[in-house]
Amino acid sequence: MRTPTASPKAKVVTVSPVEWDLRLYVAGPTPKSIAAFRNLEQLCEEYLAGRYRIEVIDLMKNPQLARGDQILAVPTLVRKLPAPIRKIIGNLSDTERLLVGLDLRAREANPFAPGKGKKHAR
Amino acid sequence: MKTTKELAPAKTLRKSSTGIHGLDEITGGGLPAGRPTLVCGAAGCGKTLLALEFLVRGATEYGEPGVFMAFEETGEELIDNVASLGFDLKALVAGKKLVLDYVYVDRSEFEETGEYDLEGLFIRLGYAIDSIKAKRVVLDTIEGLFAGLPNQAIVRAELRRLFRWLKEKGVTVIITGERGEGTLTRYGLEEYVSDCVISLDHRVVDQVTTRRIRVVKYRGTTHGTNEYPFLIEKDGISIWPITSVQLEHTASHERVPTGIERLDTMLGGKGFYRGSSILLSGTAGTGKTSVASTFAEATCRRGERCLYISFEESPSQITRNMATIGIDLQQWLKKGRLQFQTVRPFHFGLEMHLARMIKFITEFAPEVVIIDPISGLDTSGTSLEVKAALMRLVDYLKQKGITAMLTDLKMGGAALERTDAAISSLVDTWLVLRDLESNGERNRGLHVLKSRGMGHSNQVREFVLSDDGIQLTDVYVGPSGMLTGSARVAQEARERAEHVSLDEEAERQQLALECKRAALEGQIAALRAEFSAEEATIARIFSQDKQREASLASDKVEMGRSRQHDVVKSSGIRVRRTATGAKRS
Repeated sequence: MRTPTASPKAKVVTVSPVEWDLRLYVAGPTPKSIAAFRNLEQLCEEYLAGRYRIEVIDLMKNPQLARGDQILAVPTLVRKLPAPIRKIIGNLSDTERLLVGLDLRAREANPFAPGKGKKHAR
Repeated sequence: MKTTKELAPAKTLRKSSTGIHGLDEITGGGLPAGRPTLVCGAAGCGKTLLALEFLVRGATEYGEPGVFMAFEETGEELIDNVASLGFDLKALVAGKKLVLDYVYVDRSEFEETGEYDLEGLFIRLGYAIDSIKAKRVVLDTIEGLFAGLPNQAIVRAELRRLFRWLKEKGVTVIITGERGEGTLTRYGLEEYVSDCVISLDHRVVDQVTTRRIRVVKYRGTTHGTNEYPFLIEKDGISIWPITSVQLEHTASHERVPTGIERLDTMLGGKGFYRGSSILLSGTAGTGKTSVASTFAEATCRRGERCLYISFEESPSQITRNMATIGIDLQQWLKKGRLQFQTVRPFHFGLEMHLARMIKFITEFAPEVVIIDPISGLDTSGTSLEVKAALMRLVDYLKQKGITAMLTDLKMGGAALERTDAAISSLVDTWLVLRDLESNGERNRGLHVLKSRGMGHSNQVREFVLSDDGIQLTDVYVGPSGMLTGSARVAQEARERAEHVSLDEEAERQQLALECKRAALEGQIAALRAEFSAEEATIARIFSQDKQREASLASDKVEMGRSRQHDVVKSSGIRVRRTATGAKRS
């Protein structure tokens, strides 16, 4: 089952000045994975055109990466850059929440909400 | 791996040995192989340790590698935590016997948008299992998922899928779960795991904690249903259940000497029966420990092994004290035939004491066990509990054919023989040590209250501790009652004196008799002399009379001659009478 590939990078969409380094972990080409990738690409084109890179990692092919990157749920989107690392799980169908999750939009929720408000500068 | 399930015969449940002492016993062979088992309990009761030991034993003893998926502790933390128990996880990981995977779930780091599943976890676990061909898996505490992931519905659905998937993989799984309010687990994990549920418990009673384990359910097999105490010690978890206590032990005819010659003779001349239980009761300072130590010494001298469980004194104190009465226990300690286990009774709960004793007995395999005193356990539970526990212990020892000597400290004033109805019916030989107080001193007495299956002495012996051990002597029983100690010595002296004077008296009387005899004989001689004197006198008188008569007659003749009368031929009175008579007729 193990496939020790040289590079875990399965698919590189855009390579340019990398401000936004995003990784999408999926488990095979499931409808959820495909939807997630489509939703993500759409959003990036809209908000981060030319400034992002999406790396899709298929855990079916690289199961060892699930452990290294602490992946449980799929699809999981990990924002490697800009710091801090953010994780968003699901098929990314809720654009509003995705924007909030990527810190592209300020949280509308109570800024005094416990545990969360502090991390989000915007 | 999938084949294991297919290979398993349908009629008997295949079990996977845990390697944890006692757990296999109460589960009838181990956990259900190829199925998940839920281990639940409150924080700190040893769930993680039990699960981890299951993996370690599997890897080291049964050749079954394991995967430990931790949701609470990191791999490093785990390695450190169990290093003190002698589990070298690092080596196991390096040897591809174990995979430690720490799953980090923090709700605050997740944003949830739309549908997802936990395939990532499946892949991760599947990869770990396949990488070392694991047969055992632990998910500790998978409830972390509920706390970490916002969508409970997804988690539940995925858990159901996970357990199904694990069953298909044919791995034996332990899932740990935190106890909930009124439920076995906080998130109701028991609804996913229906094969085997084990509950761990950590109770504090009177400031003493006891960990207990119970098999709540085990589908398709019989299992011990009781709560069993378990120990977490330097070699991991161990359970010491007394699972079968039946009166089926075979009684030995062999006898074991007590170490006190006189006591042997009191017990039908040969001592105790091997495998019997002996109760040694007495008030403080009556010599219970001394008798027990003598027995221990005799046991070791025979080349057997003796386990001495003391609740009152430290080993060095016992050996020191016994040395003063000529019992050298130190040599046997050195030779490994004698083992002391000393602990304060209040240090553990009753069940824990019992479990520990059974552990010691199992490990040391002694021929003789001494518990000094069983009354030390009184503080560990209600009297009912203590009795039940002792009954189980005694039964266990009998089953193993181990001779058990239990000392029992009686409170002063309490009836010596009333004690412990439950115990007295259990023991085969009951020796009572007692104070015999009289004339301003206390002395020790010993008697055999009962001894099953042998003719035994019914007498009270005085029990003397000397420089060369224990001596039993006869007590003085006489008109002035039972005397011991100096009173006995005095009485003996008095008796000796009396004896002497009696002898003298007899001699004197004999002498008197002799005198009397001599006197009597003297008297007899005197009488006899008197008689002969009288006899002589009479004879003399008689002869004088005759002479006188003769002279009278001669005088008459003379006179007649002188008167010149006619001569009569016949002479004497007779003649004259005849003449007279003739005249008359």
